[in-house]
Amino acid sequence: MKSAVIVFPGSNCDRDMAVALETVSGTKPIMVWHGDSNLPSDLDVIAIPGGFSYGDYLRCGAMASRTHIIPAILSAAKKGVAVLGVCNGFQVLTEIGLLPGALMRNSAMNFVCKDAKLKVSNDRSLFTRKYTAGETISIPVAHHDGNYYADENTLDQLEQNDQVAFRYDDDINGSARNIAGIVNEQGNILGMMPHPDRAIDTKHGGTDGRDLFEGLLERVSA
Amino acid sequence: MKIQIFVTLKNGVLDPQGKAIHHALESLDFSGVNDVRAGKLIELEVDEGTSDETLEKMCEKLLANTVIENYEIRKLPETVA
Repeated sequence: MKSAVIVFPGSNCDRDMAVALETVSGTKPIMVWHGDSNLPSDLDVIAIPGGFSYGDYLRCGAMASRTHIIPAILSAAKKGVAVLGVCNGFQVLTEIGLLPGALMRNSAMNFVCKDAKLKVSNDRSLFTRKYTAGETISIPVAHHDGNYYADENTLDQLEQNDQVAFRYDDDINGSARNIAGIVNEQGNILGMMPHPDRAIDTKHGGTDGRDLFEGLLERVSA
Repeated sequence: MKIQIFVTLKNGVLDPQGKAIHHALESLDFSGVNDVRAGKLIELEVDEGTSDETLEKMCEKLLANTVIENYEIRKLPETVA
């Protein structure tokens, strides 16, 4: 599995993501600096990691979304390359328009940092195929701006198309319909606030994130 | 030329910051505040003759996220010394 992790100034989970990808696939991902205009060729997976790119200035993910590497990500995504955005990566995916909606300040205004119980909603996407719909998994969250917002029409459409990948069991940040992660219509792009990259080793306190990477690996190397 | 850009949340978009400010005002015993919405003010110093179209593009491409935000562009009159 040939993967790339995009690195912005202020990304701080780029290495977590790289370790997760390498642990599961056995291949080191290529770290790509945001100032580059090209991605390595024949990529299977592009990961946009968590963190606080550009210090969350203006809006979370706003500055990162206007960097040189973005057009290359857009065109790879269009070609069907798997794109995984976690936390700040999810915010970037909404800012560049690959996923609908926006991530706003948590409704209680506080930073949430804990293991969150998630219900798997869609088990047919590239990323969620190793889970079972309805299954509850535990994945860490750490964010201040994870309150998913989209207008009612968009939310209805997401549900109709089975694009909701994960939902929070409890309302932890005010997200519309408890949405924790969504996929695009084609199913090759996933954005989620919780960190599967921090739940792949028993030393992390849980391994529920591992199935996401393993499912992805099976599919792209098939 | 001085430009002020006001970025505000669209109607219907919940504003947790505005709500927190509202609560804080109430806890300071200011009554009669019915609603609070928080936004952003971005001031630009641009070349004379920068077109409205360019300013709008700046807002659309970066300064506002039009999924959740509205923007308003105001040109400030030059102050005479």
